[in-house]
Order: sequence, then structure tokens, then C-alpha cells
Amino acid sequence: MMNRPSLASACAAMLRRDLTLAWRRRGDIAMPVLYALIVTMLFPFALGPEDTLLQRIAGGVVLVTVLLAMLLALDAMFASDIEDGSLEQLVLAPQPLALMLGMKILAHWLATALPLIVIAPLMAAMLHLPGVVIPVLLLALVLATPLLSLLGAVLVALTAGTRRSGMLLALMLLPLCVPAVIFAAGAVAAAQQGLPWLAPVAWLAAALVLAVVLAPLACAAALRIALDA
Amino acid sequence: MTAADTALPLLEARALSFFRQDEPVFAPLDFRLHAGELALVEGDNGSGKTTLLRMLAGLLHISAGELHWRGEPMQRDRCAGEILFLGHQLGLKADLSPRENLRIAAGLHGMREGAGAASVLARIGLRGYEDEPVRRLSAGQKKRAALARLLLLPASLWLLDEPYANLDRIGIALVNDLLESHTDTGGAAMVTSHGTVSFHGGEPRRIRMHD
Repeated sequence: MMNRPSLASACAAMLRRDLTLAWRRRGDIAMPVLYALIVTMLFPFALGPEDTLLQRIAGGVVLVTVLLAMLLALDAMFASDIEDGSLEQLVLAPQPLALMLGMKILAHWLATALPLIVIAPLMAAMLHLPGVVIPVLLLALVLATPLLSLLGAVLVALTAGTRRSGMLLALMLLPLCVPAVIFAAGAVAAAQQGLPWLAPVAWLAAALVLAVVLAPLACAAALRIALDA
Repeated sequence: MTAADTALPLLEARALSFFRQDEPVFAPLDFRLHAGELALVEGDNGSGKTTLLRMLAGLLHISAGELHWRGEPMQRDRCAGEILFLGHQLGLKADLSPRENLRIAAGLHGMREGAGAASVLARIGLRGYEDEPVRRLSAGQKKRAALARLLLLPASLWLLDEPYANLDRIGIALVNDLLESHTDTGGAAMVTSHGTVSFHGGEPRRIRMHD
């Protein structure tokens, strides 16, 4: 008598919704990109145009800048959905909430992190990072940025009930993103010195796999609690 | 529908109450709601009407008492998708049009047979506004865009929190029409209101909230 939509079409509807919303607010997407470009551009001015120095710090600067730029957009992940009641409707929908939130996180990553990854080679070139290292840098970013999105989503969900959660969010996220930064920067540094860089990348990938499975579940539980008040 | 189905109440509350910081929000409630019935939840501001509806929808936990869905203890997966809740926050994305909002709702909940977004929006009185961002609609039109979900999505129990708020006289008649056709086709509805409401087709059940 009732025809439930399949899981795949519900996921597609969710993804499409959030990407449409992101596209309608293109200015918000441009903000982190501009921020990352400006920060990277300022480093050579502040430190002087010495090739050796810039090359040595390039990988780390790009990574940290991208992660900080992502932080700018992070606390908006569930805020508008809580405000306008969309989250209530999502919780009541006959679909697995964790999976739907996973789609939201994916859409958020596509809208905020992907543009940053696209401009990362430009940022690396501005700091004279050798061309051969750039693929490793991109690989590290492709693994580290979704990890940050997922960890960030859990924290955003946990702080959803509190007002002015931005500060709390940044403080809580800092220790969690340290391992991601260490492994990502380690891979880039190793590649720059001609050493094998697979091990840190494998660690990043392992952490990402764990987060992909667990973070949406944690988000779902946290948001249910946030609404139950 | 068999006789056994109609005898079993869709929703049954026994000594249901909700505590906020150990203070009861409303006195224990007992009621039954059968398929085809309409219940009006009455009470003053702050008497716990919204709390009750959020609890029945499964958004709030049950502090005390029991809640049964079709004769069995209420659980999330048992009634998933059968309950449609419309709260004060309408659950519309302001940047999307009514049509897009409906498409998302249908993508998550499924659609009634034979229902379509365009015909539903025309019926609800939003013809010509289908592709306007919800942000630009008036408060009453936003309410109508949210009410369009009632026509589009399959659900047996409607929980409507102040569905008449912001609506003009035609809109109020429209809500009454929707409620009547829903109960006629075997659905049930609970509606909160702090004002006087006149439904079509006889007196609704009344559930009075006491502090």
C-alpha cells in the first residue's frame, strides 16, 4: 500500500538537496578558498622569497591552511537544519539516520574541501614545492580532509544544543586533527626527501575508514539527543 | 481493512507524561486514537501541547507512562514513516522552492500513489509559486508549502502542531478539508490549537491538557 523509496534514491535525494543548497550559496563556498589563497600568498611576503626556506615549509603550510579553512565552514554543517526544522523531518523519515547524515557530510566535503584540494597545487606552487611532491600532497589531502569533515561532524553534532558552540568546537577539534596533520605532513616531507611515504598515507587511510564507519553513527546518536530536549 | 484492524487503536497512551528537570510538563494523559479519528489537543499557552506532539512523534523520550502503536509498545522502526509531524518549525529549506522541498520530502518518505508535486501544490493554493524560493513566500504561503507534505507523503497518523497559525480563512477551510479526507480514508490526526476550531463532520475527540 505504501511505496517506500529505496535506500539509494533516498541517499541521492539527500546528496542532491545539500549540493543544491551549497550551490545556491556559492559565496559561502568561495570564502574558505579565498582565505586559503590569501594565507598562502602572505607567507612568502612575511618570510622572504628564499627558495630553500619556502620549500621546506611548503607542505606543512598548505596542509594547515587547508585544514583551518575547512574549520571556517564546519560549524554550519547542521546549524541551519536544526533552525528550520529540517533535522526533525530527517530524524522522523523512515530512513537510517546515520546514512542520511553520512550523505550530508559527503555533500559538505564536496562543497568545502574539494575546492580547496583543487587549488592546493596552486598554493604549493606559490611556495615552490617541487612538482614531484604535489601528487603525494594531493593524496594526503584527499585522505586527511574527509577525516576532518567526519571528526568535525561528530563534534558539531555533539555541540548542536549549545549556543555559541564555535569556540568549543575549535578547542575540541584541535587534538583530534593533530594526528591527521602529523601523518599528512609526514608523508609530504618523506616524499620531498625521496623517502618512502606509503606508511603515513596508509595510517591516514586506516583512520579514514574507521571514521567513515563510526562518525555517522555517532552523529546520529548525538543529534537525536540534541533534539530530545 | 478488517474488523480487527479497526478495533485496535492506532495510538494508545496510558498515564503518559513528560518531565523537564523533574517537573511534570503536563498531568498524566490517557487516550486512545483509532483509525479514522480526529483528536483536538486543547490547552493554554505552555500547557505542553507541543511537548505532547513531539513525544508522540518520537522526538522526545517518554518520561513516564506507556505509549502503544497498533497495540504494541511504540518503537522507532515500528512506526517509521507512518507518522507525519508538522511542528512550529516547518522543515522547509528557505533557499529551495516549494517544489524542491517537496521533492526532498518525497525522496525520504516516499509518495502517495497518484500524488504528484505539481497537483499537490495547486491543491494547496501555491499555483504560480512552485519555483519561487521559500524565503520569498509569505508566512501563510510557507505554512501551505509545509502542509503540502500532508497531501504528498504516505502516513497514517498526522501530528499537526497549530496547523491553522498564519493561515487565512480559505487556508483554514483547506486544512479542515485535508483532515476530513484523511480521516475518511482511514487515517488519524491529532491537532493542537489554543483557539476555537470548527471541523467539518461533527465533533472531534478532545484531549484537554492540564498543568
